[in-house]
Amino acid sequence: MTAPRDKLGRPVVVVTGMGIMTSLGAGKADNWSKLVAGESGIRTITRFPIDGLKTTMAGTVDFVSVDPFSSTGLSERMAELVTQEALEQAGIGAKADFPGPLFLAVAPVEVEWPQRRELGRAVGAQDFTYDDLLRISGGGKYSAYHHRFMFGSVAAYLAETFGTKGSPISLSTACASGATSIQLGVEAIRRGETDAALCVATDGTVNPEALVRFSLLSALSTQNDPPQAASRPFSKNRDGFVMAEGAGALVLESYEAATARGAKILGVIAGCGELTDSFHRTRSSPDGKPIIGCMNKTLADAGMTPDQIDHINAHGTATPENDKMEFNTTSAVFGDLAQKIPVTSNKSMVGHTISAAGAVEAIFSLLTLEHQRIPPTINYETPDPTILFDVVGNKARDARVTAVMSNSFGFGGQNASLILTREPA
Amino acid sequence: MTDTVSKSGQTEVWITGIGLATSLGEGLDASWAALQEKRINVDEKGFAPYIVHPLMPVSFDSQIPKKGDQRQMEAWQRIGTYAAGLALDSAGIKGNKDILSKIDMVVAAGGGERDLNVDTGVLTAEAKGANAPGFLNERLMSDLRPTLFLAQLSNLLAGNIAIVHGIGGTSRTFMGEEVAGADAARIALSRIASGESDIALIGGSHNGERKDLMVLYEFGDFNLKDKFAPVWARKDHAGFALGSAGAFLVLESKAHAESRGAKPFAKLSSVVADLARRKQPGDMAATLEKLWAQLPRREGKGAIITGATGAEPATSEERGFLKGHAEFPVRSTGTMFGHTMETQFPLGLALAALSISRGALFPPNDSTGTEIEMQGAPTQIVVVGAGHWRGEGMALVEAVG
Repeated sequence: MTAPRDKLGRPVVVVTGMGIMTSLGAGKADNWSKLVAGESGIRTITRFPIDGLKTTMAGTVDFVSVDPFSSTGLSERMAELVTQEALEQAGIGAKADFPGPLFLAVAPVEVEWPQRRELGRAVGAQDFTYDDLLRISGGGKYSAYHHRFMFGSVAAYLAETFGTKGSPISLSTACASGATSIQLGVEAIRRGETDAALCVATDGTVNPEALVRFSLLSALSTQNDPPQAASRPFSKNRDGFVMAEGAGALVLESYEAATARGAKILGVIAGCGELTDSFHRTRSSPDGKPIIGCMNKTLADAGMTPDQIDHINAHGTATPENDKMEFNTTSAVFGDLAQKIPVTSNKSMVGHTISAAGAVEAIFSLLTLEHQRIPPTINYETPDPTILFDVVGNKARDARVTAVMSNSFGFGGQNASLILTREPA
Repeated sequence: MTDTVSKSGQTEVWITGIGLATSLGEGLDASWAALQEKRINVDEKGFAPYIVHPLMPVSFDSQIPKKGDQRQMEAWQRIGTYAAGLALDSAGIKGNKDILSKIDMVVAAGGGERDLNVDTGVLTAEAKGANAPGFLNERLMSDLRPTLFLAQLSNLLAGNIAIVHGIGGTSRTFMGEEVAGADAARIALSRIASGESDIALIGGSHNGERKDLMVLYEFGDFNLKDKFAPVWARKDHAGFALGSAGAFLVLESKAHAESRGAKPFAKLSSVVADLARRKQPGDMAATLEKLWAQLPRREGKGAIITGATGAEPATSEERGFLKGHAEFPVRSTGTMFGHTMETQFPLGLALAALSISRGALFPPNDSTGTEIEMQGAPTQIVVVGAGHWRGEGMALVEAVG
């Protein structure tokens, strides 16, 4: 008996298309084969000079060309490519006619240094003020930059290209953004507003100022050499996250609509949860209550108990605080099971794709369900003795996986979790 | 909850709290008095030739008691955190831990201000010949304030509101200029109406007194220059004057409000939004017509409050749309408050709810005849928000009864 409704009487939300891009490569096949082989996409930055930086490596996406280059332009191009891949797989709607809304997780947009420098040069003087920049900005010469640096520009482009319906939403919940985009899609389908939603998350912001900003907050790893060994989730010698670029796209549909059109079902978004931490701008509440509450809300939303989760795709940033907090909070929710459920962090290989991470890792979780194989956490040479997770260290592990919890935690007290399962039996 | 479910199966959603801090002052009485007096607060000199509607100074201490918190924020976040506190006060839930712990926040935000000295310092040094490969890196590493990033991040407006006011429900930040404000209201309304949520804080804030923002809008020649004029009188002198404002509302299911004895200003009946392609003249007006038709039937005494920007061609398209509905008296918030971008739509919702609760639409403030007097109490107000470049939103605010 295949029930189109979940335990709470809501439409079941399934995934029928996925597209992904990370520093490992383009597409599901390439990413998955490298992920289970334990390859790292982290390398020394070549896009811009690294002199004077404490952190000189990142998981950049250098194989996609954007001209003229901007971080927002790269985010847009990656989002377009992963959406194409997802739509091709889903086979939904017609060309440029997606039958539902777009929810886009995207890094906050701002005028970038190449454009600011162009403006500075155009002033044509050695000494000038911001007023001089302002004076030469008008007249139409830079009108393309207005469009490029609107916060809504990436979503507007995707909506027009793929023909999504209604007002596309651009959102940011910091490092939880990708999970939030999925949650918004799930909610819209559960409310019966739409049968399908396109959830996309993208981040192409490895640029000098972004790197400096995280560096000044002491959030980044400085273990630059070799770059592949920098991201060390759950290790004793972890020292921060590694910035990375990437994008993920998911086509969500109600189970009813997907089966009616004979679509192949790739997995189920069984539960979503989020809970705000009002303790501090960058740190979690020391008691971990908001994260614990977030995981519990997600279990309740899925109508599941901790013993039904057989894999955790961790946030696992490799910052000293995050990984410890994640173990403590997971233990509070899962009890002894926290030490038995296999846990992995994709960030050991692809780095932290920030705004895209929640979607990228949801897709890796769905691929884990499909292949019944858990990708490793690489660079796991010296386990942190206080983190007693069963970390899938260094080598992929075959396992029976029926339900995965994927966690995302971000600056500004943002916590979001997802539970992904296989097709309803 | 069955007693509050209407025929459509949706829960009625009330506006039970409003917080405003704008160029006309703070709080509902001061805002209302300024509107009655047709007061407009513009600064034509400070950013000349550009015109701004500066924030009327407020005592941030009263809503953000810790100086340390204030220091961690830039102006746009302080304005928003302040206005959010006023909204919680207005709803009677400030400090009510039980309720604050479950509020769902949907905030419309842009980004924070840059450090203009750092930017010009780098650019002038480069103009003087600094060209070492790591020059930019070294200057940014040494000159940027470490916590400035947190004052710039879009979702840290919501983060600061959570920290300062102790909100522990959920938190989502929507970006995308004007329509982000409409989408924030739209999603919060859908979640409450469907029973996913009981109570939400929505809104946005904007600091218009920023040269870095003026550069961005100057790229598209959108800034109003030299001389102030009401929005409808800018046809041959197009543009918007940026305004500083924070506008937040508490939205609540009727059942939740009644259970705690809260009184509504008005009910939020519908919010709709779309993305016109705006490739051909008339595209945007056609989308506004489509949204108008999607709103529930208007049978009461109606009015329109629009966030029309003054930028072209959007404002002329919107004027054409409004002409087709000339029986509805129109008010433009852009004339009185300036263009507050993500905040303009929540500001329109706030003024609609306030007008309904006070039994009168505020007077027209326009030299072109587009805005006409309204006799009697409005019972239905349509809030219109069309972006200067993209995005269209509309809402229906109605008297409870």
